[in-house]
Amino acid sequence: MIALLLRDLRLSIRAGGGFGLGLAFFLIVVVLVPFGVGPDRAVLTPIAPGILWVAALLAALLSLDRIFALDFEDGSLPLLATAPIPLEGVALVKAVSHWITTGLPLTFAAPLLGFFLNMAPEAYLWLLASLALGTPALSMIGTFGAALTVGLRRGGLLLSLLVLPLYIPTLIFGAEAVRRGADATGAIAPLMLSGAITLGCLALLPFATAATLRINLR
Amino acid sequence: MSIWEYANPKRFMEWTAPVVPWAFGIAGVLTLGGLFWGFFLTPEADKFGSTVKIIYLHVPAALMAINAWFMMLVASLIWVIRRHHVSALAARAAAPVGMVMTVIALVTGAIWGMPTWGTYWVWDPRLTSFMILFLFYLGYIALWEAIDDPDTAADLTSVLCIVGSIFAILSRYAVRFWNQGLHQGTSVPVVTGGRTISDVYFWPLVACMVGFGVLFIALVLMRTRTEIRVRRIRALAARAARA
Amino acid sequence: MLQVTDLRCARGGVPVLERISFTLQPGDALILRGPNGVGKTTLLRTLAGLQPALSGTYDYAEGAGAYASHADGIKLALTVRENLTFWAQVHGRSVPDSAYDTFDLGDLRDRMAGTLSAGQKRRVGLARLAVIGRRVLFLDEPTVSLDGFSVRMFADWMRDHHLGQGGCAVIATHIDLGLDAPTLDLTPHIAAADADGGSDEAFL
Repeated sequence: MIALLLRDLRLSIRAGGGFGLGLAFFLIVVVLVPFGVGPDRAVLTPIAPGILWVAALLAALLSLDRIFALDFEDGSLPLLATAPIPLEGVALVKAVSHWITTGLPLTFAAPLLGFFLNMAPEAYLWLLASLALGTPALSMIGTFGAALTVGLRRGGLLLSLLVLPLYIPTLIFGAEAVRRGADATGAIAPLMLSGAITLGCLALLPFATAATLRINLR
Repeated sequence: MSIWEYANPKRFMEWTAPVVPWAFGIAGVLTLGGLFWGFFLTPEADKFGSTVKIIYLHVPAALMAINAWFMMLVASLIWVIRRHHVSALAARAAAPVGMVMTVIALVTGAIWGMPTWGTYWVWDPRLTSFMILFLFYLGYIALWEAIDDPDTAADLTSVLCIVGSIFAILSRYAVRFWNQGLHQGTSVPVVTGGRTISDVYFWPLVACMVGFGVLFIALVLMRTRTEIRVRRIRALAARAARA
Repeated sequence: MLQVTDLRCARGGVPVLERISFTLQPGDALILRGPNGVGKTTLLRTLAGLQPALSGTYDYAEGAGAYASHADGIKLALTVRENLTFWAQVHGRSVPDSAYDTFDLGDLRDRMAGTLSAGQKRRVGLARLAVIGRRVLFLDEPTVSLDGFSVRMFADWMRDHHLGQGGCAVIATHIDLGLDAPTLDLTPHIAAADADGGSDEAFL
């Protein structure tokens, strides 16, 4: 499983797109927002946490369809299915490598971009914490969605349609933690709930993802 | 004889054939009767005026929107565990009906919201939850449509339905956490046995709710029969192609 | 080593092959033949455990089987060595130098797989079989896009290294590999048009 993780990370670095594109997309969305809502700081400051969370979520969505599609096309997936690694482990590794290439850089880039949106200074730490706790859930859910649509020719759009509703609880708790952190009204509760969702996804979704892969490989 | 024998496609076609017209008849009488009773034979509420009468559409539709998803969840579980084809097809048949019910609930809610709250839409927890439910229906139906092989589609949509249900419940509580809301509490709390509306409005509402329930059953049976016929044509074509 | 008894398998929910029985001892190979669409791939995928059989049984040691098709799981952005090492590690093994020599990959070791020709990539795919150490191989058209020299190279490996050391293989192929192996023509095993057991059966 370590070998698979290392291979996926190496591939995402070599084939490009992994680290770079998601981050660039994140930056562009954040830059576009002031053009849309106006440069007024009184407008930007309160919406900054929400914008950053939504933008991070969309950036994570961007690379989801590559999680299994490439392995499906070149035949690696059936070979992995007959290898001595459980498919549940493959699902988990895929989610972890997706998180390392998107969720983790997004987490560290977000405070920097919060600066552009005049985010309240108190919110930075909460933003970092909520993204660190919430983005693994996004990768887990996204991996499940990618497994559902792996055999489909035009799976990309469908993948967004399936995955985005599942992202709602994570988004709510994550963004709520930052907002409450900004005006100091008890950010611990949403933060813990966001962590709970991540742990729940970590515990249960690999099984659903593996079951889905088995169905799709049939 | 086991109850599961009724789930054999052929047996299902046999016993549903006479049931469907009756179900539509009962649903029509109850729904139309309930609506007529509610719209024209009940006094106008002092606080809300005649606008309150939209509850005869709004509440039953909302009730069925949720119960349709619940029925799909049960049907999906039956398919995953016992692999009865009719179960998977019934889940597929119920989805568009449930989605239309969700839309009715959202639209009537918006129409009702304008005179009562002064706005068509607020991000109230109940409204938001229904919007989310609508998105789940959308994804579920889209996944069914996207997959060619019917058994693979049944398997994958079942997994989506089961996982989606967990996230739907999570979303519901997350949304409550996020915004406390304007929407009134439930009109007919089943658990406590009490009720928050008076008798004169209650009985036509019950008629409408039961009517919508039977209508849902009738529509799902009819659509399931169609799906079974589609599968039968497919199966016959596949055999003919090899002969 | 591999025992198949009265196997019936389906593609897309429709039975395609039935009454398939054979036994392979260590060192045995079986060549599958039959026209396109007869179900060779279906049979191999069923035996490899990727799809369920409609009925009948197949039996080999747990974790001994490996499946390979024309899509051989080679990543174009990795070097030949990285590709092979990955598959070896997944199976808890390492890559012996002899694996490169056997398939004439010595000079290509550090080339990106994306820069290889189709035939060279195919050889990497076959070398994968040599490094994963599986005893029971299910091969679907292993020699596609190989030249005559490479085909002989593969046949030599199969005879001397795999079968010669007690492995066995079921191979679907259209060309003569020069192996001393019995042939199973699948044409007589095509499932009857009214064969039961398809997933659509309940609807007929």
